[in-house]
Amino acid sequence: MSILKMTALELGRKIRSGDITVPEATQAVLERIRTQEPAIHAYVTVDEEGALKRAAQVQARIQDRTLVSPLAGVPVAVKDNLCTKGLRTTCGSNILYNFAPTYTAEAVLNLEKAGAVVLGKTNMDEFAMGSTTETSAFGVTRNPRNTDHVPGGSSGGSCAAVAAGECFYALGSDTGGSIRQPSAFCGVTGIKPTYGTVSRYGLIAYGSSLDQVGPVAKNVSDCAAVLEAIASYDKKDSTSIPRKDLDFTSALVDDVKGMKIGIPRDYLGEGLDHEVREGVMRAAGVLKDRGAVVEEFDLSLVEYAIPAYYVIASAEASSNLSRFDGVKYGLRAKEYEGLHQMYKKSRSEGFGPEVKRRIMLGSFVLSSGYYDAYYLKALRTKALIKQAFDKAFRDYDVILGPAAPTTAPKLGESLKDPLKMYLGDIYTVSVNLAGIPAMTVPCGTDSGGLPIGLQLMGDCFQEKKIIRAAYTFEQTDREGI
Amino acid sequence: MSRQYETVIGLEVHVELATKTKIFCGCSTEFGGAPNTHTCPVCTGMPGSLPVLNRQVVEYALAVGLAANCQINQYCKFDRKNYFYPDNPQNYQISQLYLPICHDGWVEIDTAAGKKKIGIHEIHMEEDAGKLVHDEWEDCSLVDYNRSGVPLIEIVSEPDMRNADEVIAYLEKLRLMIQYLGASDCKLQEGSMRADVNLSVREAGTSQLGTRTEMKNLNSFKAIARAIEGERKRQIELLEEGKKVIQETRRWDDNKESSYAMRSKEDARDYRYFPDPDLVPVVISDQWIQEIRSRQPEMQPEKMARYQEEFQIPEYDARILTSTVHMAELFEKTTGLCGKPKEVSNWLMVETMRLLKEHEQTPEDLCFSPENLAKLIDLVAGGAINRTVAKTVFERIFKEDVDPEKYVEENGLKMVNDQEALQKTIEEIIAANPQSVEDYKNGKEKAMGYLVGQTMRAMKGKADPGLVNRIVKECLTK
Repeated sequence: MSILKMTALELGRKIRSGDITVPEATQAVLERIRTQEPAIHAYVTVDEEGALKRAAQVQARIQDRTLVSPLAGVPVAVKDNLCTKGLRTTCGSNILYNFAPTYTAEAVLNLEKAGAVVLGKTNMDEFAMGSTTETSAFGVTRNPRNTDHVPGGSSGGSCAAVAAGECFYALGSDTGGSIRQPSAFCGVTGIKPTYGTVSRYGLIAYGSSLDQVGPVAKNVSDCAAVLEAIASYDKKDSTSIPRKDLDFTSALVDDVKGMKIGIPRDYLGEGLDHEVREGVMRAAGVLKDRGAVVEEFDLSLVEYAIPAYYVIASAEASSNLSRFDGVKYGLRAKEYEGLHQMYKKSRSEGFGPEVKRRIMLGSFVLSSGYYDAYYLKALRTKALIKQAFDKAFRDYDVILGPAAPTTAPKLGESLKDPLKMYLGDIYTVSVNLAGIPAMTVPCGTDSGGLPIGLQLMGDCFQEKKIIRAAYTFEQTDREGI
Repeated sequence: MSRQYETVIGLEVHVELATKTKIFCGCSTEFGGAPNTHTCPVCTGMPGSLPVLNRQVVEYALAVGLAANCQINQYCKFDRKNYFYPDNPQNYQISQLYLPICHDGWVEIDTAAGKKKIGIHEIHMEEDAGKLVHDEWEDCSLVDYNRSGVPLIEIVSEPDMRNADEVIAYLEKLRLMIQYLGASDCKLQEGSMRADVNLSVREAGTSQLGTRTEMKNLNSFKAIARAIEGERKRQIELLEEGKKVIQETRRWDDNKESSYAMRSKEDARDYRYFPDPDLVPVVISDQWIQEIRSRQPEMQPEKMARYQEEFQIPEYDARILTSTVHMAELFEKTTGLCGKPKEVSNWLMVETMRLLKEHEQTPEDLCFSPENLAKLIDLVAGGAINRTVAKTVFERIFKEDVDPEKYVEENGLKMVNDQEALQKTIEEIIAANPQSVEDYKNGKEKAMGYLVGQTMRAMKGKADPGLVNRIVKECLTK
């Protein structure tokens, strides 16, 4: 089998057994990047030199058995909103075009401890705001399954890199679907863990109360292994939760007998592409055939999720992004008179239109006189949505549905109508508002050959249930891959 | 002036807490390091960094709140106050708006007009900003983030004060209280205590508040008193001229003894406060409050009363001795060592105060140890040195904290109690001054004083003056 066809865990095994060396694997994937990037543009920065140097170091440590992790030596791509010490981290924005962090994000550090080789930084919608990776200041990323189409977003670069074999797995971040939706569009597997499971330290914030770092991989096993490696309790993140059940790979069990799976009727109605609907229902049938109890139910409040999400995420973003001011790092306008003009010009030149739109939206909903009507109301809606999920999880182990209403749209289609783009997040944003874990696995393709993603959601801390369901589906339904 | 006016004053007092590390990161709070050396990704607002609350900040805020008779919000939160300024690396300050840690308290002040309760509206925790340095030469500004993230509490009073005396008494009260709690050193000059004065005037007898202004940049009690007087006059003059007071923030220039407007309400900022999603709510259990309460030290009023009662120290002296924690500690420790409270009080009240004044220092600057003062007192009591010598030795203790026993020994300052040697010296002096002896015998008492003086001089001050007197008298009446 060619190195590039291997999953992360398969490559890890070959590396530990000595059949493949880390530099070999790294060289192979760097070569793949060279050939694929002109068509795909999954990366903002490829760190060839750093990756090869690191590969040699890791190889030595694997040989002297100081590194034994299943992912040791496996090359990884990191979304460009995770800080990497000394390696440019742009968030897909001009305002950070030259920013090299002084420290490495906790999730990446955890991977490095496990012996990962970082290949580079993947493209993304600017500050993770967008659903297509078209808002990046460094150009669009194309969907490897059909380059006329977007890879989804905002972790479009990470998902495209995995789908194109330009890495063995990747890290993404998910604030409103940014791992799950592009995973679905690119036909790869991704998990958004329970809020607080992976440290946010070093993740450049978009919507702090919703952001989570998670894996993007070729299959469910890799996803579980990567999540196991990056999840940790981190004192540097006040919202980090100490958990004792981080052995996610123990849930890779090919059996769903008796598992109760609910499908929200609200997720199957108007706006859902019929081919996506068919793909998802077919997947539900597969799980039913394997012994799961599958039924439809009413989740409720689904139509409130998008407005609540855009109010909360934009409000937090408007404050989170105020530190990008040209004073300390990043872009500073070349010509200005006085402090205020420096702020104005630097931020006007540094931020793209979608980011500006959300900063304005967020500033508005936090303004005195509007705070109660918008921000507080959105917080109350968030609490109600959580309650609706709590109620559903009293009846079901897993909630099943589509990851997005359609398959990947064509390049350029979405930016014309931002509202339509926002509505595309309808099946993903509730998960972030409720803080629960969810993952997407491929479940076939539409008539145009574009991948369809199945979304599985679990209650807080129940990643193992969704991993088990996803693994069983994957093992049964090989054609989906 | 035809009408009578009443001045209404409320204060916002910022106090830098005495924690070793900053409020949201592990950086040192130490003052005076080279620029940007006490910094990390968190306190310089690096992308991706996150704040983690320092527990000691909550404990100090609770201690101050309990001492100020406040209600405690046992579920409190941090909010972001959004505004752009380069000293603020995130362009938002983490503070508390919606649920501050303490609220609705009071402290009692004591002025010439009597005792009065001043209401505390709230106390909240927040982070300090960095410092901007304007380089006129290079025409640029530099930022030092060493102070960024140093913990502060802001104590907001009710508009309960009516004149500068009450304001100073209130600030003194807070300063003493917080120093006693060890929560801050409260130095106005160094900025570890900063007061903004909100002031309005109204016609006497009316109950509605007038339009207020906020005065900033007040670096001493004297500046505060002058600023209050200046602002009161300015507002009354405006009203007398039929003009309106504009709600605005003003900056006091103590050199010019006048203020100027910084910004008015029209350009008041909308801070877009909202709960900081990076921090979790602070939940304060009954048990935690109880622990803080049980750890509260003896405060100044109680200490002062105890000094009067336990050591029979007069009220005035007891007040001065307890006016700083340092002084009170010196007094108690020295008394504990030598068992002579009145002597200790005497040294602190007279010689120490005199030297402080001479060196333009405050009691906080005192650097001598209770051990050395106690030794000095024991030396005097044991007759080893006389008071005159003791004063010179004390000056050395004051300056360099010398060990008085060693110092007396090394400099040969021990009192000479060798009667034979003294007798011999006196006889020599009497023999050398026949005129004085004659004068004495003719009834001039002063002549004896001269002879005693000559003897002390010959003994280089080390003789017991009582003994010298006695022997001179014996010799003259022989």
